[in-house]
Amino acid sequence: MKLTAEKISKNFAEKSIFKNLTFEAESGTCLAVLGPNGSGKTTLMRILSHLILPTSGSITYSQNGTTIRPEHIFQHIGFLGPYLELYQDLSAMENLEFFSKIRGLKDFAPRIFQLMEQFGLKGREDDAVKTYSSGMKQRLKYVFALLHEPQILFVDEPRSNLDEEGIRLVYEVLQQYKQNHLLIMATNDSDDLKLADVKVQVNV
Amino acid sequence: MYKAWLVFRKDVQQEFKTRYALNAIFLFAIVTLTAVSFSIGAFSAGPEILSALLWIILFFSSMSGLAHIFVREEETHTADTLKLVTTSSSVFIGKLLFNIMLLFMVELLVVPLFMGVMNFVIYDAFVFVLSLVFGTFGLAGGGTIVAAIISKSNTKGALFTVLAFPILLPVIVSGISAAKKAATNAPLVLASSELQALFAFAVVIITAGILLFDFIWNE
Repeated sequence: MKLTAEKISKNFAEKSIFKNLTFEAESGTCLAVLGPNGSGKTTLMRILSHLILPTSGSITYSQNGTTIRPEHIFQHIGFLGPYLELYQDLSAMENLEFFSKIRGLKDFAPRIFQLMEQFGLKGREDDAVKTYSSGMKQRLKYVFALLHEPQILFVDEPRSNLDEEGIRLVYEVLQQYKQNHLLIMATNDSDDLKLADVKVQVNV
Repeated sequence: MYKAWLVFRKDVQQEFKTRYALNAIFLFAIVTLTAVSFSIGAFSAGPEILSALLWIILFFSSMSGLAHIFVREEETHTADTLKLVTTSSSVFIGKLLFNIMLLFMVELLVVPLFMGVMNFVIYDAFVFVLSLVFGTFGLAGGGTIVAAIISKSNTKGALFTVLAFPILLPVIVSGISAAKKAATNAPLVLASSELQALFAFAVVIITAGILLFDFIWNE
């Protein structure tokens, strides 16, 4: 999977957030989006994942030389960020079953249990998400993002709300993941940046 | 259609755990019905007044609950999550089905209560039921698309009724007229224009909603 971003600019009303960002990244690498608070890292992540449109410029994803159509890109994307929530009134299992079915996954139950165990949430499958601590919610977001084995994983603030053990686990998962996939993360943390192969600075 | 069904089922699951929309819509309907019955009384109003009152109760009750389906997604930051997993058309159809179900549930409670409390006698049940069914589809279709629009704004509550009223006015006017004719035992042919208007409105607003929703959802 290859990402090509050409001359991306984003304005909100009259205010320019960033201008003419051009970069490339492909499977096997980690692209880090850097910048001070309010610089537009999250906006760039949302644009790259096709959640919002850029004011100008283009984002192309291609696999083996074939361009993936924008409306199909969501099948290949896993995303987690502080502003992207799961359904708080439903249990973790109800959430994950809903997302698996709507993504058209088959035999998803073993995968759900495997990921829940990997992220230390085994035994809490039937609890409502609103009863989870913020760290557990972050772990559950990783389960949601990795459930369909996406080709591209977007992670906004990878360590957010996690304890030491959670951070170690997430680094392990991300390190392993980026070997065969494209990892895109927004962060300013120096430890997170050890994973990065390509860096894009916004608001310079 | 399967994905729309999954969105609908998820919303039903959520609603029956929290009952935000159900409580709001049922409470509004019961409070207005009680207020109307105490102020007018059971035997003083004719079919013209009663038909209007019934549709006013139905319209404003629906206004108190229909917007919730999209506002909740925006306020709980799940709209982006939903965008990541499914198409806009399945979201719209799923939400529309939920609002249709919600309105039918309200009507099942309010209409018999209204008929009993206000002594509202229906002579042509066929016209009356058909006007309610078509009217429900129109109200739900218009309400769902307006709910999607206002969920992106900051003044959600007030804006919903203000925006929905002019859009849904044809449903209210035709619904009142059809109910009046059903209550005065007018021949079916006399109510056909109201039924046609309600049916056409429902078809147009739902089709327009499906076509336009992508622009609102991915704004």
